[in-house]
Amino acid sequence: MFDLTGKNALVTGASGGIGGAIAKALHAAGATVALSGTRVEPLEALAAELGERAHVLPCNLSDGEAVDALPKQAVEAMGGVDILVNNAGITRDQLFMRLSDQDWDDVINVNLTSTMRLCRGVMRPMMKARWGRIINIGSIVGATGNPGQVNYAASKAGMVGLTKSIAYEVASRGITANCIAPGFIGTAMTDKLTDDQKSGTLAQIPAGRMGSPEEIAAAVLYLASNEAGYTTGATIHVNGGMAML
Amino acid sequence: MSDVADRVKKIVVEHLGVEEDKVTETASFIDDLGADSLDTVELVMAFEEEFGIEIPDDAAETIQTFGDAVKFITEAA
Repeated sequence: MFDLTGKNALVTGASGGIGGAIAKALHAAGATVALSGTRVEPLEALAAELGERAHVLPCNLSDGEAVDALPKQAVEAMGGVDILVNNAGITRDQLFMRLSDQDWDDVINVNLTSTMRLCRGVMRPMMKARWGRIINIGSIVGATGNPGQVNYAASKAGMVGLTKSIAYEVASRGITANCIAPGFIGTAMTDKLTDDQKSGTLAQIPAGRMGSPEEIAAAVLYLASNEAGYTTGATIHVNGGMAML
Repeated sequence: MSDVADRVKKIVVEHLGVEEDKVTETASFIDDLGADSLDTVELVMAFEEEFGIEIPDDAAETIQTFGDAVKFITEAA
């Protein structure tokens, strides 16, 4: 099951904890992967670790033209894009009363607008192939909200509506579009939290622990597979029971 | 029939899976040939590739029939 031999996957944010785990899981299942991100060094390191079938495609997702060029670069590097994983995301947390236009725009541009652009960019090759998998990494806060994250939560909730609408339009062409909404996952981002912050959050998680990037990657692997062809427009919540949606 | 018309007809027949004799001058892609809105977008994409032309969205909207497509492409190519 879940054999991705011969499939080409583009993963954004592959320099981060979750993105790296996603790229590794897809690669291990046989896919060729294009690793995108802003920081070249960790991308190169990951590509070296993976060996064959790995390409590095740096991209600044706040630059619209660069984002539009990325799917074309991925097609050139791999020969096609069958699987797109929009995983990159940024936060600019601030209490709403203090939220600046800039912090709103930055988060919406990188998290939501770049997702739209990349989905649009891969649509033509996927339509022609009559096969495609779009997997957008949202967040639990897109469904629950979170104080201090008006911009981030809005961008992640926006992803859900975007994904569902795309799923409607292209379902008849063998293309699925789904979201994964991670809860509290142990990454460099959560390492920065204080012990008090961590224990406060853990108390809200029935599983009693943080999730691992590999547990998000496993959900991505499923959605990327042939076997998931009948799953579309869905959001898979991977959150240890933190919110049962 | 012109070369352009032959090539357009081939794309339409292949893409929509219709009989060749149904693809007449006035045949509407949506009303007569069973295309949905996404099919019309895909047809335009296929025409662009076959003939190496750009068909802007506002022009694409005016291409409703087989005859429209042949006329537009003949003028653009």
